[in-house]
Amino acid sequence: MSYQKLTNLQLDALREIGNIGAGNAATSMSQLIQKRVDMEVPSINIVDFNEVMDMVGGADRLIVGILFQIQGDAPGMVYLLFSLEEAESLVVQMTNNNNLSLSLETNDELALSALREAGNILTGSYLSALSDFININMQPSVPHLSVDMAGAILTVGLVEYSSMSDYAIIVNTKINNPGDDYNGINGQLLLVPSPDSFTKIFQALGIHENE
Amino acid sequence: MSKQASIVKVGIADLNFVTAPDILRTSGLGSCVGVIIYSQAKKMAGMAHIMLPDSSMGKQATVNKFKYADTAIDILVQTLLSKGVWKKELKAKLAGGAQMFSFQTNSDIIRIGKRNVDAVLEKLNHHHIPVVSQDVGGNFGRTIEFDPQTCKLKVRTITKGEHYI
Repeated sequence: MSYQKLTNLQLDALREIGNIGAGNAATSMSQLIQKRVDMEVPSINIVDFNEVMDMVGGADRLIVGILFQIQGDAPGMVYLLFSLEEAESLVVQMTNNNNLSLSLETNDELALSALREAGNILTGSYLSALSDFININMQPSVPHLSVDMAGAILTVGLVEYSSMSDYAIIVNTKINNPGDDYNGINGQLLLVPSPDSFTKIFQALGIHENE
Repeated sequence: MSKQASIVKVGIADLNFVTAPDILRTSGLGSCVGVIIYSQAKKMAGMAHIMLPDSSMGKQATVNKFKYADTAIDILVQTLLSKGVWKKELKAKLAGGAQMFSFQTNSDIIRIGKRNVDAVLEKLNHHHIPVVSQDVGGNFGRTIEFDPQTCKLKVRTITKGEHYI
């Protein structure tokens, strides 16, 4: 299937999938930190490798990435991304423990563990919502956490499919808690299905490629 | 008449060439490998940001030659020769090839960093290009800069700071 030739109907379907998943994830995050969480309308990005880096602020940027492999009938990857400050704010708010720190010097295992658990909850609710909607079995793997350069973290998800294409279709969703001046949290969920999974997703929704 | 030095960026699955005083840079290498082939005498260098080891892995109608170790290194060598560099002047440095996450899966993609490094070394050996230095492996990202004036490769990481190889 050709990536650049998605029909409007297919784009709408992907956007709706992102919407449903993100709505669920936002609710979960709201319960986790006991605060209001908003979501943005998802965007569907058909991008080459370098444009993926631009989407998250450049290959050099320090980010917190929690990666899940999607297992089941429509394999792929899903990333939950935060800045270091946002991830720390999330951990502090969900644990009510101001002493937790994600700074690279401290290597605080409790903070990292809390963050992995937050990733489990948010990504789990994201995937289960879209899995229910399209009626395809999709299970997240255990979380893989890394605090490093965006380029190094994101190529992991791209390289798996890079022998098939120079482009990736990414369902990009942002959930955010506006917070006060210093502790707002913007999380970015990137869904990167394998090229074959798109065919399955569209078939499950009754959308055919030539429509 | 000294020329203002500029930094030439190399994207993912991309390659580029400079002559001193310009500098080559590629950012956020994880499992990818940044390979530099250069001539100290002519102060010329080419850098590739390689994503996969072997172009025979490609399942596309048209292969992106900058993406694979074998094809990208061939282009680096041929282009430098066509710019008047002698083959026996050529030397190489490389960095990257990390394994960012440890997955529990059968997919051979998980060892892609190591396989990229092996493929680059094999291809350089095939062209009889000596490897002067390398900084590979680990589980962290690298941003690298090569200055053909000094032929030093600067490697920057988040936790381990900067060093030259």
